[in-house]
Amino acid sequence: MILLDRVTKIYNRKSTALDRISLHVEPKEFVIVVGQSGAGKTTLLRLLTREEKPTSGKIVIGGVDYDKLKDRDIPLLRRKIGVVFQDFKLLPNKTVFENVAFALEIVGMGNREIRHTVPRVLDIVNLKGKERNMPYELSGGERQRVAIARAIVRQPKILIADEPTGNLDPKHAWDVIKVLEKINRYGTTVLLTTHNQDIVNKLKRRVVTIEGGRVASDRANATYEHL
Amino acid sequence: MKRINTFRRVIRTGLLNFVRNAWLAIAAMAVMVVTLTTILFSVVANATFNNTIEQITSKINISVYLKDDISVVQRNALMEDLRRQPNVKNVTYVSKIEALAKYRADNANNQSLLQAVSETGNPLPASISIDPNDPTRIQNIKDFLDKAENKALQDPQSGTSYSGDRKAAIDKISHATNVLQRVGVAAVLVFAVISVLIIFNTIQMAIFNRRDELTIMRLLGATTWYIRGPFVVESIMYGIIAAVASVAIINAIFVTAASALQASSLGLLDINYSAQYFRSHFWALLGSQLLIGVVIGAVSSVIATRRYLKFRTSK
Repeated sequence: MILLDRVTKIYNRKSTALDRISLHVEPKEFVIVVGQSGAGKTTLLRLLTREEKPTSGKIVIGGVDYDKLKDRDIPLLRRKIGVVFQDFKLLPNKTVFENVAFALEIVGMGNREIRHTVPRVLDIVNLKGKERNMPYELSGGERQRVAIARAIVRQPKILIADEPTGNLDPKHAWDVIKVLEKINRYGTTVLLTTHNQDIVNKLKRRVVTIEGGRVASDRANATYEHL
Repeated sequence: MKRINTFRRVIRTGLLNFVRNAWLAIAAMAVMVVTLTTILFSVVANATFNNTIEQITSKINISVYLKDDISVVQRNALMEDLRRQPNVKNVTYVSKIEALAKYRADNANNQSLLQAVSETGNPLPASISIDPNDPTRIQNIKDFLDKAENKALQDPQSGTSYSGDRKAAIDKISHATNVLQRVGVAAVLVFAVISVLIIFNTIQMAIFNRRDELTIMRLLGATTWYIRGPFVVESIMYGIIAAVASVAIINAIFVTAASALQASSLGLLDINYSAQYFRSHFWALLGSQLLIGVVIGAVSSVIATRRYLKFRTSK
């Protein structure tokens, strides 16, 4: 599903963000990427959404070879990948419903289908009844779940979550993680970055540790003690 | 279906943004109104100048006065020869009786002049009137008439009339028209550039206000035209409104202010003709104004959004 082969990203001579990273993620896997700030986690995800191009190395996602990807096909690629950000990136002037619907409007879905689809997804992330609320009326955890709803509403094969719990207190963080697990059970590959020890330990999933732009360890069912 | 949905959303968002950015839009539209009004004004002014020149030149002709004692054969031969000359549009014969009738009509208010003619019989010579194609180039006709065999047929007491003073006036007007046309084109270009820049600025400000939204749209996989479309629709609205406004302004100038303009043009220009030209070409003028407005709006918005929509392709 996700394949990185000796991927290197150099922003300038003094900073090498990623140094020959290789990573293979199977379909329906749940992979946690951990590492200190500046280790290269975010760069890694930005390469996957094609916000950045690698300096060298090969990236293939869902059968799409990034070397052969043209600029005008980037929107189509991004529609196949759901992304959740640490800072939510919700549209502040739109209601919860509209924020989720937005992702469907972009791909040209009809209004009737949108009215049908959005409530079902909001149900999955446990936000039923909050359709008409504005983002500022929600808690951090609720906002992040809106963002997740938006990311999964188009039923992507891959969900990338970049420190989605970074701004949340433990209870809300755990709500968000539970939603991610649920989505993973439905068959979506999930790539999660975090440095929350507690979450890593409780999830007991495959954990990839990145240090100084390189893969330091890659273990299944890992907890923080192992790392 | 998908395309229709997308198209509808792009139009709707564009119109909505147009309403929301009303104050920003007014600046852009004001400049566009000035540009389009200048363009329209020069078109109408140009038509008026050309019409004035045409009117004056059509009155210019050459009159050759004939001796009373030449025969009809001689006269007809001369007229035939004249018709064969280059730059001759029309040759007509004005008999002594016709000349008298015209003289009487022209001087109907002047009793003493009328009496002077009737007391001495008919002193007016018959004449041949020549309309040249181009009144500014009549040298060849002049040369032809000055030949000895032709000179012999002409009345020695009345010199040939070449409307020389009017020719000088025509030259002056056509020179002025040329200058005004050039000034007009320069002004139109300057205003067009300024309005493109201001629309740029307006759209860039609108984008700046919404840059977070654009980033999010990009990350969610919106295509370039889904993001750009509303800005283009918005700018096209500026163009349409500015075009209608410019037509309304020019209409006001030539309808409400027509008499004042006529007075200030010292009778040199026919402002009524301007109004008539404007009215008879109304739809063509409105259509081309709309076209220019829409093109300026669309082009500047496409260029203004380009920078913000580029994908980061550096390695």
